[in-house]
Amino acid sequence: MAIPKEIAFAEKKTARPKLKSFKLGYDIRTQLELKSMLIPAVLFIFLFDFTPLFGLLMAFKDFEPVMGVKGIFTADWNNFAHFKRIFVNNFQLWPMVRNTLGINLLGAAVSIPCTLLFALLLNEIRSTRFKSLVQTVTYLPHFLSWVIFGGLFITLLNTDGIVNFLLMKLHLIDKPLQFLADPKYFWGVAIGTGLLKDIGWGAILYLAAMAGVDQSLYEAAAIDGAGRFKRMLHITIPGILPTLMVMIIFAVSGMLNNNFTQIYVLQNSLNLPTSQVIDTYVYQTGLLNFQFSSATAIGLMKSVFALLLLFGANTLSKKITKTGLF
Amino acid sequence: MVGGKNIGERAFQGFTVAVMILLMIMTLYPFWFSIISSLNSGQDLLRGPVFLWPREFTFASWKAVLSDPGMLQAVGITASRTIIVTTVSIVYTSMFAYAFSRPYLKRKSFYAAIGFISMYVHGGLIPSFMLMNWLGLYDTYWVYILPALFGGFWNVIIFNANYKGIPDALFESAKMDGASEYRIFFQIVMPLSKPVFAALSVFSAVGIWNDYGTTLYYTQSPDLQTLQYVILRLIQSNRAVENMMSTGSGMNLAVMNLLNKTGGVGPVTAQTVELAAMVIASIPMIILYPFAQKFFVKGVLVGSIKG
Repeated sequence: MAIPKEIAFAEKKTARPKLKSFKLGYDIRTQLELKSMLIPAVLFIFLFDFTPLFGLLMAFKDFEPVMGVKGIFTADWNNFAHFKRIFVNNFQLWPMVRNTLGINLLGAAVSIPCTLLFALLLNEIRSTRFKSLVQTVTYLPHFLSWVIFGGLFITLLNTDGIVNFLLMKLHLIDKPLQFLADPKYFWGVAIGTGLLKDIGWGAILYLAAMAGVDQSLYEAAAIDGAGRFKRMLHITIPGILPTLMVMIIFAVSGMLNNNFTQIYVLQNSLNLPTSQVIDTYVYQTGLLNFQFSSATAIGLMKSVFALLLLFGANTLSKKITKTGLF
Repeated sequence: MVGGKNIGERAFQGFTVAVMILLMIMTLYPFWFSIISSLNSGQDLLRGPVFLWPREFTFASWKAVLSDPGMLQAVGITASRTIIVTTVSIVYTSMFAYAFSRPYLKRKSFYAAIGFISMYVHGGLIPSFMLMNWLGLYDTYWVYILPALFGGFWNVIIFNANYKGIPDALFESAKMDGASEYRIFFQIVMPLSKPVFAALSVFSAVGIWNDYGTTLYYTQSPDLQTLQYVILRLIQSNRAVENMMSTGSGMNLAVMNLLNKTGGVGPVTAQTVELAAMVIASIPMIILYPFAQKFFVKGVLVGSIKG
């Protein structure tokens, strides 16, 4: 059953009889009509997706914002000086990369098993109404913005917030924990809020894959005496393996891409040592400190590594499980 | 499957239900907490948090938020951009997907190539910032509209998967009767693909309503702020009321009086205003998201299964 692969990446070659035999649609009028339907999107892709690629030249040049757009092309080449500067004498590079990888990889290591477990448990619930109630409720945070969801948790995790209030009442702690002001809690806060926001919605893909598993397998296994747990282990999990693989590919290929919208909301000057990630750093150096060239260089390097990771993870997954994105 | 026969099964079932209920409480409680806190008197909250029900019920904070002109302007900008971009981008994207799905489209690989490249290759933040400047979109309302009018190739793929569920015979007979491509698209394809149109419209609307990056990156004037951005600033300043007072002389007199009367620790405090703003801003999404859920299953998942 190839549903999950389809969801993640749907364009699949189908062996459907083509209209070619009729020669319908190959006339000029039809082709012009089709072109006119394609043109708006093509223009937007070229203008807003491809034109900025010229801006990547800034990473290799001595560009100053005062030069304007023309400067992207006329500024002098500088022999990778920006890239050298990033690696040499950059005290912010290591913490930034560590935070990015740490939050993403630990986050994936926590959220993938938790989401899978949630989906497995939800799948075992017999009452359809209770099941859809759980789904509806757990989908809610996915549709709230990070400003609101993050804002809620900032309020809850405040020193005078409800979490500290409860922990104090239960005598688990003596004085309030500085969840957002103390750097040592930031990864936990980021990973925890990320998990809670998307656990319900993330399960939707696994549940769809589970619905696609042949039900007669369960019946046969039940007759052969396999208990609930064994059926889960030997039927459900192999059935959703392709989905799981796709999720892992996404996690690996996205490990350099932090969720800027999340981190930026939770970030403050006190937790910066553990909350500064590549994306927030690019924003800060580029748009706040106007170091366009070095911000572009960092962004470019990140994109290149991310693309390599994506292809690498995909190839590996294809070798091991015969499932991949493309 | 018949079940619940032995004790083990029952225990497992009970455990599962307990986990689900716990998760639902963890999801809903923060939201409930912010609703009751925003409806409680701020001064009273200083004595300690409310847990289940407001102690001193008051609409003051909600009124303060809803009567702030800056807030209302932000709502206007956010709502208008959400409606415009969702409508136009759905039409452009679905139309592109339709033309792209036709087997007789010439040079299809060209469109596939630019589509896939646009998905995986990005210039990044600074080059985009330069582009917005160059196009004169920086710090104008148009920066919210123009760059978002194409919904992305990802959505094209989802549309495409759905179009495959429409019988070929329909297209063939329409074509033979001489129907134009536009007619086929608007009169056959669109009505037959309502769930996916609904699902992707809702996703697009949610994404735009919740976006604050565009404001953060590409605007600077206070009158172009979106709702999420205003709330973000409220949270960040952590002194919500003072912040609203500093947004200018256009401050609502009633709010000012309200605050002055109580010296800043009356029914309206920084915390309650912040929470009220968050609750109000999430209301549209709470209304919309059950539809997304319904149509996501019907439109996006079903379409992709048909493949």
